[in-house]
Amino acid sequence: MPESYTSDEMMIVAAARRLRADAFCFVGIGLPSAAANLARCTHAPDCVLIYESGPIGAKPSVLPLSIGDGELAETADTVVPLPEIFAYWLQAGRVDVGFLGAAQIDRFGNINTTVIGGYERPTVRLPGAGGAPEIAASAREVLVLLRQTPRTFVKQLDFLTSAGFLDGGDARKKLRMRGAGPTAVISDLGTLMPDPRTSELVLTSLHAGVTAETARGATGWDLKVAVDLLSEPPPSNVELTTLRAMQPAA
Amino acid sequence: MVTLRQAVAELVRDGDAVALEGFTHLIPFAAGHEIARQGRRDLTLIRMTPDVIYDQLIGIGAAKKLVFSWAGNPGVGSLHRFRDAVENGWPKPLEIEEHSHAGMATRYVAGASGLPFGVLRGYIGTDLPKHTATIATITCPFTAEELTAVPAIKPDVAIIHAQQADRRGNVLLWGIVGVQKEAVLGASRTVVTVEEIVDALVPRPYSVVLPSRVISAIALVPGGAHPSYADGYSRRDNSFYLRWDEVARDRGVFTAWMKRHVLGTADFGEYRASLDDISA
Repeated sequence: MPESYTSDEMMIVAAARRLRADAFCFVGIGLPSAAANLARCTHAPDCVLIYESGPIGAKPSVLPLSIGDGELAETADTVVPLPEIFAYWLQAGRVDVGFLGAAQIDRFGNINTTVIGGYERPTVRLPGAGGAPEIAASAREVLVLLRQTPRTFVKQLDFLTSAGFLDGGDARKKLRMRGAGPTAVISDLGTLMPDPRTSELVLTSLHAGVTAETARGATGWDLKVAVDLLSEPPPSNVELTTLRAMQPAA
Repeated sequence: MVTLRQAVAELVRDGDAVALEGFTHLIPFAAGHEIARQGRRDLTLIRMTPDVIYDQLIGIGAAKKLVFSWAGNPGVGSLHRFRDAVENGWPKPLEIEEHSHAGMATRYVAGASGLPFGVLRGYIGTDLPKHTATIATITCPFTAEELTAVPAIKPDVAIIHAQQADRRGNVLLWGIVGVQKEAVLGASRTVVTVEEIVDALVPRPYSVVLPSRVISAIALVPGGAHPSYADGYSRRDNSFYLRWDEVARDRGVFTAWMKRHVLGTADFGEYRASLDDISA
């Protein structure tokens, strides 16, 4: 039996499991970096992790604090100038999976990392876009990781920083966006995936011990639940041990 | 080859558009501190990731405008002085011009290339173009595809930190090299601080060489990227970035910290020594 684990660990493990074994993966710092490196150290040793600072094929043994820690460049297959990362690799369509975090997400998987409140005099000024708008548009698919609460899963974004399915349906196609958009949103409660027709996020899987009512209560819109709701297995001992071994020393 | 004090005195002026570049790695902290010490004002600060160095300059009121794409403390959280300026106008209002990383990189490449603007497939479906005047739509004359145009970044002064310079004034940097080459080539004046002056530069993997003709001044400042780092010379001081969160959270603590460690020290050597005093 797996030992006890946190809901953040469950979220990271569930996200890691979704990464294909040979994926070319554009990684944001924090939770996405933890999930991508867990995948690389477990079922996906051949996945190639790209960090926006320039490293391609980074293989850190300890999770980096920043996007440009020395460990990333030292362990990479190559390090390229920053404009090249965005132009040659991301924009040209060479990234399979983009891993993003967010402060707010809406029912169509659009995300906000810019402001809470109005733009001119925000209540909370967040860091802003970084690489996310173009990752969201150009990666073949996007995985989003964030904790699920009524403050983060909102009916109306305060700012649309990076496009999911915009107002739903085939809105991405109309704007000729190249990537498929967010194919899964993984929270600390479960996984949401877009409805193939409307593109609205639907709860498709729950983490062990979580009920659909809990997930609906943590969502600021009327969250739809899949008929064939799946259950995500808890982290295995190998997953937990690997993840914990990658944490930097305090 | 000059002292950093001379370089800043001669090349950085009030009201300048200044780009201190270095993407997490090789951030020119020593030069930023010298700008603070010399009391420069009304600066337009340009940086993809403002980081702690611009948090410090914004917090002492040296900036009137910030051009950026991601303003956080990497892996830690907020830049509290940046937030206080945007949310509350303290110590004074800060005009912002906000882009994405891809957009900023495109702007730097255009600046280095001597072009008025750059083109990318960017900002699609986002709210950014509603608030940032320097994002425009352009139609490809060959395919009729709608693309995004962003104006070149052409700083009055670009400032970077590099590992080495030779005695003829050529500069070598390696590791994560960010947009430093583009920032330097797009700027009217350039200042480089270096870890070491060597007789001959030996090329390294992933290195960039900037020939002396594109450099206005070089100053020897070992460790001048701290708490950022120089690959081959130092490690990123992640504990400093974690501690900065506490310092910058409070206006008074921040102001006292800047007086004690930056404004009240003569140079970067004294700054480093003052930090050692604290941890002792």
